[in-house]
Amino acid sequence: MTSLTLVRRIKARPSIVFDAITTPEGIAQWWGPEDGPVLVAETDTRVGGRYRVRFRNLDGTEHESCGVYLELVRPERVVMSWRWTSGGADPGESRVEMTLRAIPEGTELTFTHSQLHDEESRRSHENGWAGALQKLEARFANQL
Amino acid sequence: MMVKYHKQLDRTFAALVDPTRRAILAHLEREEGVTVSELAEPFRIKLPAVMKHLDVLANAGLITRSKAGRTVTVRLRAQPMRQAMEWLSHYERFWSPRLDRLALYVEAKEADSRRKPR
Repeated sequence: MTSLTLVRRIKARPSIVFDAITTPEGIAQWWGPEDGPVLVAETDTRVGGRYRVRFRNLDGTEHESCGVYLELVRPERVVMSWRWTSGGADPGESRVEMTLRAIPEGTELTFTHSQLHDEESRRSHENGWAGALQKLEARFANQL
Repeated sequence: MMVKYHKQLDRTFAALVDPTRRAILAHLEREEGVTVSELAEPFRIKLPAVMKHLDVLANAGLITRSKAGRTVTVRLRAQPMRQAMEWLSHYERFWSPRLDRLALYVEAKEADSRRKPR
């Protein structure tokens, strides 16, 4: 499974970091590109609740990602699904996981963005068409 | 096309989690075109086990095998690795500056709340 992990040691307590990554006011401060604005930030912070963030790059292109909160434990952990809904091809659903650990100087943030395993992706589309269509597409793709 | 691309990434990373397979790849990077028995030499595992690792690497498209007589030569194939690295560097470029800005923002907030305790 492809996954990217970044770790930051931050001089702020976990509750402040947690609010900055889960509230619209917080997200607006950092989620956009450098010098580019966050246009929309919506969060429904409960498990199963949706979030949506839209931002504009300096070149004028707008991008939006959205997903569902899969785990929320304040101020320790946020797991959410991730999908690009505008700005180019849809590369499918992925997963963003942020773990906050209290350390003497503040918070250690471990950030992981990972692709979904085929298996996980199939389960998340339980009974849905998406999984079946994906498999069908994969079958034909392999014959090309 | 996208689905195929992601399946390929999964296979690449699954192949790379094993230390023996990474050592094999490292060997192939140093030396171009190595026979199976040469590859097996540094490891304390039997030839069939090495063959199994080579199967995984070949399925992930990371190596190619060519047979001449009774000798099988193994070569590195860079394309799948490049795809995986592209995915990683794309998201690294996306997230890394954002997390830096997040850190700056919350550190300012923390400093602020300490100055004016509520």
